[in-house]
Amino acid sequence: MPILEGEGVTKYFGGLAAVLNVDFHVNQGEIVGLIGPNGSGKTTLFNLISAALATTEGVIRYKGKKITGLRPHQICRLGLARTFQSVKVFANMPVLQNVLLGSLFGTPINMSSANAAKEAEELLEFVGLSAVRATPAGDLTLANQKRLEVARALATKPELLLLDELMAGLNPAEVAQAMELVSRIRDKGITIFMIEHVMKAIMNVCDRIMVLHHGEKIAEGTPQEIASSRTVIEVYLGE
Amino acid sequence: MDITTFKSRRFWVPGLLLLASAALATLPLWVGSYWVVRLTAILMYILLTVSWALFSGPSGYMSLATAAFYGVGIYTSAILLPSTGALLPLPLVIVIAGLASFSLGLLVGALTLRLRGIYFAVFTFGLVLLIQRFLVWWEMTVTHTRGRIIIVVDDTIIYYVMLGIFVVALLTAYFIRRSRSGLALQSIGENEEAAAHMGVNVTLVKVITFAITAVFMGAAGAIMAPKLIYIDPYIAFNPLISFIPVLMAIFGGLGQFYGPIIGAAIFAYLQEELQASRFADYYMLIFGGILVVAIAFMPNGLVGLIQRLVQKWRKGGSAEQHANT
Repeated sequence: MPILEGEGVTKYFGGLAAVLNVDFHVNQGEIVGLIGPNGSGKTTLFNLISAALATTEGVIRYKGKKITGLRPHQICRLGLARTFQSVKVFANMPVLQNVLLGSLFGTPINMSSANAAKEAEELLEFVGLSAVRATPAGDLTLANQKRLEVARALATKPELLLLDELMAGLNPAEVAQAMELVSRIRDKGITIFMIEHVMKAIMNVCDRIMVLHHGEKIAEGTPQEIASSRTVIEVYLGE
Repeated sequence: MDITTFKSRRFWVPGLLLLASAALATLPLWVGSYWVVRLTAILMYILLTVSWALFSGPSGYMSLATAAFYGVGIYTSAILLPSTGALLPLPLVIVIAGLASFSLGLLVGALTLRLRGIYFAVFTFGLVLLIQRFLVWWEMTVTHTRGRIIIVVDDTIIYYVMLGIFVVALLTAYFIRRSRSGLALQSIGENEEAAAHMGVNVTLVKVITFAITAVFMGAAGAIMAPKLIYIDPYIAFNPLISFIPVLMAIFGGLGQFYGPIIGAAIFAYLQEELQASRFADYYMLIFGGILVVAIAFMPNGLVGLIQRLVQKWRKGGSAEQHANT
């Protein structure tokens, strides 16, 4: 059974279909990539899954249970966490407190403050931010803010993590680190669904890739299949 | 941070607060009734300011509904404690006023906390005017009365009740600020969308905290009502009461728990002095001047200024030490 599946997922903004009749699924333990040209509806699809936006039509199921209609905090507590394309850290709070917030509120269990703090420290270690734990999050570099978002999302103990352009705006060295981080998250047993523009990254780490264009799914398959797909090449490079 | 300093910090603020309250409690024994009346007003302003800052400070939602909650408290007293004879004992009236404001806070919060920024501020201010106009209309067309007269309550009793509400409000504000809800409220102010996706039930946190602050505002209104003797909707729902706590809190500084307390204490004291002096006619003008200067030169309020000076002094001190060794 897939951990996440969508049937006929549709979102209209006025008369414009941002996501149109998309069927998708993510299996347990997979890393699935979501690609497509700008404005193809990738982030909108993530917003529908995480309930930042309400679907116009269609059903999304998480572990077989319908989650359309739930609110964002409920989705998070079910074990489905996300990061944001434009980073949304709590800029004036120390790095550690950003992560702590995820542990305290994002899990269904009521954790003691001491345990939450211990876990937050471990997660900062995991993403490599221990040295800046007391710095206000707004003072970090973009790459570190993105890592902080990952740590914060992991603090909610997700089984499925949505990564929205984790590598956008990073330099090659940082991209390599981010790719390595994604593999380490998968090694923890967390399923990953990621939007990415950095092709090298997506081709290397993903088991399967979905392509959106004008809100519709136009291709799906292994990285090799996508790389050699005529439709995909036409969409990206023009005919 | 060292664990021991963390622990001691945790207790010295409420400890200091209780100590100050104990001192305040003995005050009527050694100052005249003139100062008891003045102090009641100062406590009232601090209370309103701290309550306002408890919600609006961390969340960033600028509420101008203070006068509405305060007015509901005044009206509760006016209805239950008419000059013809009290219908209920005073403590019960204050509890009822608190509950009435709490209910209004829940209702308004649930309706309006989806609005952000300026829209929320405008709506909450509109609420004050709406209730005021509604009551005017009601008294003119339904009850055919104009104004209400309230029973006389001894100034010292008013002072002690106000002090009681004041202590409860300050302790509540202090502990909420340091609790999980306080952290959640702060995260909402920082980035509401991210907070929601991190599992914070943003609507619940906002509405409940907003309603809790309304309790203290309502209770304060209820105990201040007998001092007014005569009230009508214009007196009870005075829009100025919505703005003064905002100004006092900004003057004191919103970054620290004690900022609004210091700001309100100084401001309220000045107000009391100016009103009683020969500058009474100009006191709003002088106020305006102080505020303009304060906002222009102290973006983080009085507390921000003090922190900056302390930092400067410490830096200067350590530099000297280095020079000596």
